[in-house]
Amino acid sequence: MSSANKSVWAEFTKGLLKENPILVIMLGCCPTLAVTTCAINGIGMGAAATFVLLCSNIFIAVLKGVIPGKVRIPVFIVIAAGFTTIVDLLMHAFTPDLYKALGIFIPLIVVNCIILGRAEAFASKNGILPSIADALGMGLGWTLMLVFIGSFREFLGSGTVLAGTPLETAVFGENQFLLLILPPGGFILMGFIMAFSNRFLKKSA
Amino acid sequence: MPEENKDTTAKEAPAAPASGRKPLFSASPHITSDETVPKIMWTVAAACAPALFVGVYFFGPAAALVTGVCVASALATEWAATRFFLGRKETTITDGSAAVTGILLAFCLPSSVPLWQAAVGAAIAVFIGKTVFGGLGCNIFNPALIGRAVMLAAWPAAVSGAAFLEKTASGALSLPSAVARVPNFVDAMTQATPLAAIKEGKFDASACPSWHDLNNLFIGRCGGCLGETSALAILVGGIWLLFRKIITWHIPVVYIGTVFVLTLAAKAPDAFKQQSMEPVLYMLQWSLFHVLAGGLFLGAFFMATDMVTSPMTGAGKIVFAAGAGALVVLIRFLGGYPEGVCYSILMMNMVVPLIDRFIKPRKFGTAGGPK
Repeated sequence: MSSANKSVWAEFTKGLLKENPILVIMLGCCPTLAVTTCAINGIGMGAAATFVLLCSNIFIAVLKGVIPGKVRIPVFIVIAAGFTTIVDLLMHAFTPDLYKALGIFIPLIVVNCIILGRAEAFASKNGILPSIADALGMGLGWTLMLVFIGSFREFLGSGTVLAGTPLETAVFGENQFLLLILPPGGFILMGFIMAFSNRFLKKSA
Repeated sequence: MPEENKDTTAKEAPAAPASGRKPLFSASPHITSDETVPKIMWTVAAACAPALFVGVYFFGPAAALVTGVCVASALATEWAATRFFLGRKETTITDGSAAVTGILLAFCLPSSVPLWQAAVGAAIAVFIGKTVFGGLGCNIFNPALIGRAVMLAAWPAAVSGAAFLEKTASGALSLPSAVARVPNFVDAMTQATPLAAIKEGKFDASACPSWHDLNNLFIGRCGGCLGETSALAILVGGIWLLFRKIITWHIPVVYIGTVFVLTLAAKAPDAFKQQSMEPVLYMLQWSLFHVLAGGLFLGAFFMATDMVTSPMTGAGKIVFAAGAGALVVLIRFLGGYPEGVCYSILMMNMVVPLIDRFIKPRKFGTAGGPK
């Protein structure tokens, strides 16, 4: 029993750093570049995708015996689409500002590589408990990276910290490094983050 | 025996210290040359001197200060980046390449730019423009132009604004009130740089730049970045580089020529509607205006000719320069920015490997070329 617990714990923690979706397996890069202009976007996007990932992982882990192998990808997508619609409607109703800021990237969670990637690589081959741990770990790892990148770009690019939350603080009002909130700045920053993680994290792993 | 000869040379040669790879020697005879990276780079730096003097004359001591800060920051970044990022023991700051990057970046900044921004820009130019690709010789893009492009995206107001200084009657240099001082240019102009005035529609399109205006542009009496305004000074430095065979004629001549010819063509429809001027003169004066205004000369002689980021063959250089010239005209006439020299060179930098793949030098000894 203890070893089973340990492996569930390992499935959870691997998503945080060792198999982090952004740093290592490089999934979900498109929404990462697009929405991380501020930290609150990162939190919202991460939470929405984690919810969809968790629900779809559970469903796929339960249904893996019934899903015919040849049509598994469409089935995975239909399952993810169902939960994405739920998230889409919920966010539209309760967090309209965030919904507007994230725009098309909420419905696009359907085709987010992390959802499909974890369904194909993990949930369709494992039980419910490990799949839940996997979804939570991957979702949390992705969210943490989104918030980190978002905070960095927001701090230098807009000169604010946690804009759009009750903790909003303006740090400097002029001479913001505008490049970082533009798409090229996102690419450059993500390149540097991956380079440094390859240099320093892979060594210890 | 040539093969034995090869072996002995290889044995006697000291092993390359950093890479661990053995140097490759072929059989004698060898042509030796005293052209080294430091010698070339410091020659380029010296060739920048006339433009720097003119910049200081027209824009005041601030121009020298911006240049100094850029060079210092570029050198410091080069030292730290090669030491700690690339992990090399030997220092590369004395080879002059970082100094040249700093000077050229300063040349495409206005003298009014905040000094800390100039320093950050120069550091980015060296680090993102060169170090991340593996150092000098490995970079795809011209580092100085990377610095300029990043600064233009990050602080558009500070980098594109341009101050103009003119000697007052008392001989002291003072900041002019906006554009009133831009001498004898067009009355309607309210922006410092001529190209920006045209882009914003503040330049009366039917008014043609006079010979007097063109003369001012040639000498450098106009708003702009501190090293780009004087075509004359850049020409002096550029011709010296040509004379020293550090650059070839292909890129400057074809680049400027393409802009000239395409502007002639673009202005032709207007020219024949003119009542007051000879169409040919009208077209000619507009073409000269587009050749002399902005940073075309600086780009053509100092930026596009960068050995690392331009094609190897003469024919390749012509293709490269013609493409860059066409992009300049496209950006100036149709794009959102008033000036397109920086982006035109960066875009053509990207296709240099492609140009080199298709245009190869003829192999030595194959008279008719490879079949």
